[in-house]
Amino acid sequence: MQTFRFAGARLPAEAEAARADVRAFLAKDREIGGWEPHRTTWTSFDAAFSARAGAAGFIATGFPEEYGGKGAPMLVRFAIAEEMLAAGAPCGAHWVAERQSGPQILRHGSDRAKAEILPRIAAGDCFFGIGMSEPGSGSDLAAVRTRAVRDGDGWRINGAKIWTSNAHRAHYLIALVRTGEAGASRHAGLTQFVIDLSAPGVTTRPIHDLAGNHEFNEVFFEDFFVPDDMRVGGEGDGWSMVTAELAFERAGPDRYLSDIRLLVSLIDEIGAEPDRMEAAEIGRMTAHLAALRRMSASVSSMLDEGASPVTQAALVKDVGTGFERMVPETARRIRRTEPGPDAPGDYAQSLAETVLRAPSFTLRGGTQEILRGMIARGLGLR
Amino acid sequence: MMDAPDIAPDAEDLGAVVAEQAERLFERRVDRDTLAAADRGEWQAELWTAVEEAGLPLALLDEDAGGVGLPPVAAFGLIRLAARHAAPVPLGETMVAAALWGAPLEGPATLAPGTAPDGHGRLARLAFGRDAAQALIHAGGSRAALVPLAGRTLVHDRSLANEPRDALELSGLPADAIREVPGLGPDGLAPHGALIRAAQMSGAMDRALEMAVAYANEREQFGRPIAKFQAIQQMLAEAAGHVAAASAIVDMAAEAWGTEDFDFAAGLAKSRTGEAAGRVSAIVHQVHAAMGFTQEHGLHFLTRRLWSWREEFGAESWWEERIGRRICAAGGEALWPAIVDVTAAGARA
Repeated sequence: MQTFRFAGARLPAEAEAARADVRAFLAKDREIGGWEPHRTTWTSFDAAFSARAGAAGFIATGFPEEYGGKGAPMLVRFAIAEEMLAAGAPCGAHWVAERQSGPQILRHGSDRAKAEILPRIAAGDCFFGIGMSEPGSGSDLAAVRTRAVRDGDGWRINGAKIWTSNAHRAHYLIALVRTGEAGASRHAGLTQFVIDLSAPGVTTRPIHDLAGNHEFNEVFFEDFFVPDDMRVGGEGDGWSMVTAELAFERAGPDRYLSDIRLLVSLIDEIGAEPDRMEAAEIGRMTAHLAALRRMSASVSSMLDEGASPVTQAALVKDVGTGFERMVPETARRIRRTEPGPDAPGDYAQSLAETVLRAPSFTLRGGTQEILRGMIARGLGLR
Repeated sequence: MMDAPDIAPDAEDLGAVVAEQAERLFERRVDRDTLAAADRGEWQAELWTAVEEAGLPLALLDEDAGGVGLPPVAAFGLIRLAARHAAPVPLGETMVAAALWGAPLEGPATLAPGTAPDGHGRLARLAFGRDAAQALIHAGGSRAALVPLAGRTLVHDRSLANEPRDALELSGLPADAIREVPGLGPDGLAPHGALIRAAQMSGAMDRALEMAVAYANEREQFGRPIAKFQAIQQMLAEAAGHVAAASAIVDMAAEAWGTEDFDFAAGLAKSRTGEAAGRVSAIVHQVHAAMGFTQEHGLHFLTRRLWSWREEFGAESWWEERIGRRICAAGGEALWPAIVDVTAAGARA
């Protein structure tokens, strides 16, 4: 009867217990690590923070115990992740490994890959990048041209990946490469491999973003050898695995909380007695936030139950990143501040960071237009 | 106010059964003629009798008090469902009035916006006031009055959808008409009315989106259905995002029924849903183009209601200002815990 259902998610008691624990951990860790919440989010790389979070048991709680986890339901990870984002913790180093690479290896990796890699992810000292986009293949992901050919007990890879965050300081990436003919749908013949970034035959080139940050890289493969037991999933299964992976990537709290610290800082900047316009704009953003949290928790809960809510996940990211774009623009309307990286005060600095990052919100992980195309398919328009 | 019932599996099953019955009822009984007659100001007595016989107004009232005692999400789901059909009867008002008053009511009821301290004052814009048997009125503090409307003179007015929105003059009430209603806060019945309207908007938007999708697949221009144009796909996908957000936040607020977070949750729902209603109605009209702008097409039965519902019991900015004051008073670091608490209020109840 309803177009898309977002059934209510009941976070299990263990998720609420983990929330209390991680809140206490973060409050203390902020003093130890000296991180400034208004400057950091899930794109802030801080290996020392990740190691502390891993040691405290807050990474990859969903992995089985033999791989360093606690076998906890996904909603436990959901609660921990949203608390880290809300606190402005610098959780970027382990983010991709925990969010999607680790779960892929757990589900589809070889015994060796699982034994060697997963415990290190859970310990917070093994980081991953994403190897999907290529210089000639962005939104049109099926057009990947990086190719792997059989060579003895492994494969030789030639080609290039691009927009790989942290490739210069991550240990691995999972690359989607062509191993066979594309077929009429173009979705056949794609396979995923775990790439050891310290092995010979792989090099990275930095790409600085418009704010001057070095997060992105281009990654080149020249006769790069990957053993067959670092293949993730079956030969030719890459497309369906990537599609499933993107549902995890798209619906999480990182798709609407990227600039929550700007909102926190804005509220403090306004103070306890807002004027009418300030109050109304803060109220409006609060309502957006509440709806998004509900939607995101609902999708996580569906994923926990083994469903594959592809359209709902796309909706969370479309609406969530739209909200992220709205926050700095709304802030500008109600406070007169000239943002600058060296401006005095949390708020002006936070606004500066956010304005400069905002274009990426609606690009990474699938552009808003691609997502809306998927939603349109879900609606039966194409 | 009652405690939010535990969602036992049998309660969920019952909710699904009642929803199915209700869907069949509205499908059968609300058609163009019904809606056109209601538009002329004619009370749909047969429709109301059917709604009453199906027990829908008792959905939210506790079983102990003679109600059905559905989980609030399922009960507000019925209000949403009625609005998918633009059903021109005060189901939401009657259901909520009965639940708050704690007893089944005779005939249709309405909720008065505003406050009449101790039963004095002029109350404007009572939905279906001239047709309702009684009105639940906030009498100040946590008190409410149930006022029979038979024999009273109401000043007629109407909404953008030509539904009655009548005014009532009160000059005192017998003491036994006024009762303490636990859970009524300083905003009186505004949060309750707001959630009724939010649930209605959620349903009407859902249906309007469905109609726009069907129309886009049917209507051909430049040799193909307009659904094949990316411009149309992008617009309808944006609308789907608003519909999804509205549905999620209405469920959230319904779950908070009976908890101390209810007023806050209902305000959030009215804000987000009202904003969605503006955007979704704009998009569905753009897709339906000139045809949807006519009386001949049925889209206006939904969109004129959306435009009136988003103003009633507090428009977006009215709620947003209150929410914003509360959030700012608590400070930035309290924002996230407040979001976590309110979006899971039902889970703690």
